[in-house]
Amino acid sequence: MAIAADRGHVHSPERSGAMERLQGLLPKIVLAPSFAAIVVFVYGFILFTGYLSFTNSRILPNFDLVGLANYTRLFGQPNWWLALKNLAIFGSLYIVICSVIGLGLAILLDQKIRGEGLLRPIYLYPMALSFIVTGTAWKWFLDPGIGVETIVRSWGFTTFTFNWIKDSQMAIYTVVIAAVWQSSGFVMAMFLAGLRGIDNEMIKAAQIDGASNFNLYRRIIIPQLRPAFLSAFVVLAHLAIKSYDLVIALTNGGPGRATELPATFMYSYTFTRNQMGVGAASAVIMLIMIASVIIPYIYAEVRGGQSNGR
Amino acid sequence: MAASSPDTAVRTGRVTRAVIYTALIVFAFYYLLPLYVMLVNSVKPLAEIQGGAMLALPQAFTLAPWQSAWSTAQIGVSPTGLSPYFINSIVMVIPAVAISTILGALNGYVLTKWRFPGSTVVFAMMLLACFIPFQIVLIPMARILGLLGLAGTTSGLVLVHVVYGLGFTTLFFRNYYEAFPTELVKAAQIDGAGFFGIFRRILLPSSGPIIVVTVIWQFTNVWNDFLFGASFSSADSQPMTVALNNLVSSSTGVKEYNVHFAGAIMAALPTLIVYIVSGRYFVRGLMAGAVKG
Repeated sequence: MAIAADRGHVHSPERSGAMERLQGLLPKIVLAPSFAAIVVFVYGFILFTGYLSFTNSRILPNFDLVGLANYTRLFGQPNWWLALKNLAIFGSLYIVICSVIGLGLAILLDQKIRGEGLLRPIYLYPMALSFIVTGTAWKWFLDPGIGVETIVRSWGFTTFTFNWIKDSQMAIYTVVIAAVWQSSGFVMAMFLAGLRGIDNEMIKAAQIDGASNFNLYRRIIIPQLRPAFLSAFVVLAHLAIKSYDLVIALTNGGPGRATELPATFMYSYTFTRNQMGVGAASAVIMLIMIASVIIPYIYAEVRGGQSNGR
Repeated sequence: MAASSPDTAVRTGRVTRAVIYTALIVFAFYYLLPLYVMLVNSVKPLAEIQGGAMLALPQAFTLAPWQSAWSTAQIGVSPTGLSPYFINSIVMVIPAVAISTILGALNGYVLTKWRFPGSTVVFAMMLLACFIPFQIVLIPMARILGLLGLAGTTSGLVLVHVVYGLGFTTLFFRNYYEAFPTELVKAAQIDGAGFFGIFRRILLPSSGPIIVVTVIWQFTNVWNDFLFGASFSSADSQPMTVALNNLVSSSTGVKEYNVHFAGAIMAALPTLIVYIVSGRYFVRGLMAGAVKG
């Protein structure tokens, strides 16, 4: 994503006449609709939602400013704190488990494995599915009435219990299970690309020095995967904060409101509870959360790109 | 990409290798399990699932759940099955992907070969737009669609998907054209070729791979979208994901798990087929979108 310095572009030739001037303007004319759309639909809308978050909008937007009242109300809502707590649990487990599985699988696949070409697509295909499909599959598979619990009991373990999805203390962990299933293969692909980019000469030198495989990975290979870790973290954090579909399909925020996340909170307050001002405030908080992950990352990428002469 | 590069030069013994293969195969089963569950249970009579035989192969094979999911299951208030919604999704996804890909290609072309003062800022703004949480645009978007008379229509959804897909399509093409030799463009310009002529005759012929990556990326995202579909569609423009969720979460009557699984496979099939046919490009798009170009 490096934004390259201005180089090697075509200089508009200095010709005269209206046609030539039109030719000179053409690039801007072509770009203009897209740029205008982004300015209005992204940045304009952010400002609009930001403004609404300071108004007493209920079922429809209105423009009576009420200061920070919505933010005070938002952070006075137990449901919002629950959503933040759930996001913290879900987000951290999701990021950690996906990274561990992703890194583990990438290292294992990187051992001149026969059948890699078959295994890789199997690990990755969940990423092609809609979260609604994933949610549907896991919803019934984890359902104590027909899924895992019933299956294990039918094997003779008649007291086996696995009812997390119906248990308000544990339900958020079922969201983790389904989300990890969906995304860990993709993290594997990111780490695998990182591993394949490592210079083998250094590894061979360490082997000559008698380093064990464990030390080889701990001291030389994994430290070099820093960029892959960073990318994985940014992508997963971004996905976690935006998570909406999966929770809707898997638990619909329940049981009760046990799996509420900021995204489901925003939606229900805005569109079903008619508290648009509070909904807008929660959306602003979500934007701030994502921005605090993404902006430093893009900034580092851009700066890194420039210092590499790109 | 990754597949063609050499493996890390680590040597492993025979026992280690056995462990490695076992672990890899166990994980393959883990990833395949939900797909297997969906498949086998979509061709079973409901009684077999209720009896607790979710992992077993069907004893009485039946396609009735598929038929029901496609054409008779209750979705919302009408017993239409998923087929009208499948068609809604197709009608939405084709223009959304086509328009956003064409615009992305032209934007990428301008941003690399026709730079102007401020073009870097334009690109940075489009890039940042890729990452916003869509919750921040839901309220104003609902208003604007209403004002434009597009509320609850497929055209409205196409507009939404084009606008919020532009950042990524532009990013893909911009990074691809960045590496394209500018000398060729200059030479064509000296020969008198114009803006569109250069694009059509010089860049487009070698854009095959990035077009495939972009189309797959957009297709997958638009097809799988739920948030916009749930927010901005009405009963006759609902996409497949929203209809599937309605089918599965409807609380009335007996839960027809087999029908739900058949419906889930129907919703998954288009993106799954794209993935199977062109997985290489799919992964490339994911990586380009996620990491860097």
